[in-house]
Amino acid sequence: MSVQDIETYEPTREEAARRRKRSIAIALILLGLMALVFVTTIVRLGGMTGN
Amino acid sequence: MSDASDMIRPTASTPSLSLGGQGAVEDYWALLKPRVMSLVIFTAFCGLVLAPGHIHPWTAFVSLLCIAVGAGASGALNMWYDADIDAQMTRTSKRPIPRGAIEPGEALYFGLVLSVGSVVMLGLAANWMAAAFLAFTIFFYAVIYTAWLKRSTPQNIVIGGAAGAFPPMIAWTCVTGSVDLASVSLFLIIFMWTPPHFWALALFKMGDYETAGVPMLPNVVGADATRDQIWWYSLAMAPVAALPVLFGISSVVYAVAAAVLTGLFIRHAWTVYRHREGKQGERGPKALFGYSILYLFAMFGAMLADRAAIAAWQAFA
Repeated sequence: MSVQDIETYEPTREEAARRRKRSIAIALILLGLMALVFVTTIVRLGGMTGN
Repeated sequence: MSDASDMIRPTASTPSLSLGGQGAVEDYWALLKPRVMSLVIFTAFCGLVLAPGHIHPWTAFVSLLCIAVGAGASGALNMWYDADIDAQMTRTSKRPIPRGAIEPGEALYFGLVLSVGSVVMLGLAANWMAAAFLAFTIFFYAVIYTAWLKRSTPQNIVIGGAAGAFPPMIAWTCVTGSVDLASVSLFLIIFMWTPPHFWALALFKMGDYETAGVPMLPNVVGADATRDQIWWYSLAMAPVAALPVLFGISSVVYAVAAAVLTGLFIRHAWTVYRHREGKQGERGPKALFGYSILYLFAMFGAMLADRAAIAAWQAFA
């Protein structure tokens, strides 16, 4: 089996559904991480400017 | 030398298409040992509340999240390393790696990425002392306990239990920036609780551990000696339950609850010690195991209730 075979591989319906759920989960985690870092930075900066 | 393309290169051992990353979201979640994580989150939350000083609510939230993710990461590393023995035990054979839902390498990278991410994030959000403590805890669980002690000594969970006992101390350090003696009392409660808890499980899962070749205490010294050890450890746990009062972390509400809860724990341990044969001999360890989970939640819950009662009293007076 070559890399080309893999690229043209058709996932089954179940595999496609799992992939979709994984993609949504990754997107949510990335968004959450962005929010986490952003708010943490604001909180930490807020503490410093307060001092 | 292997490279990333090895992941997609079919070999004799991978006749079907196997790219990794094919598991369901639930499988990755299961790698984090969510039930263990819930105990970690709860005890860490108690550490945050009980520690002296102030922590911004957001920092507290991020700290808890990082401690939880760090605990989950060590769970994933544990499942990666123990996949061979997990496959042989009924209790663990349905885990994602033995089931074939997730490949071992994936679990390893998943665990490593989460470990580094949780430590760095905790350092940035709270302080680097707490981050170092979290890194040490992950190392202790994944390397000292999983890779070394678990397969080599019947004292595995006595020493390895420290990893599960650190989270409230880490949370405490998130608030204070230091490791205080008072926080050690929270550590000791979990540390002393771990052996009777796991040995009770090992008593009724002896066959599993025997099959997998894990030297749990009942498999090495026998069920009778394990019942003795459960009894003595439970007695040794009793004075430790009083430490939060002695260190001034908790007061009368906790003291009363701890006395009742620990008394019941000792009663269960006595049943295990006294009745070794027949139905009661079988039921005892299961009852102790079930109660021990409730016990730990209730003990830390009592500390929270105690703190809430003091706050209410001060507001009223």
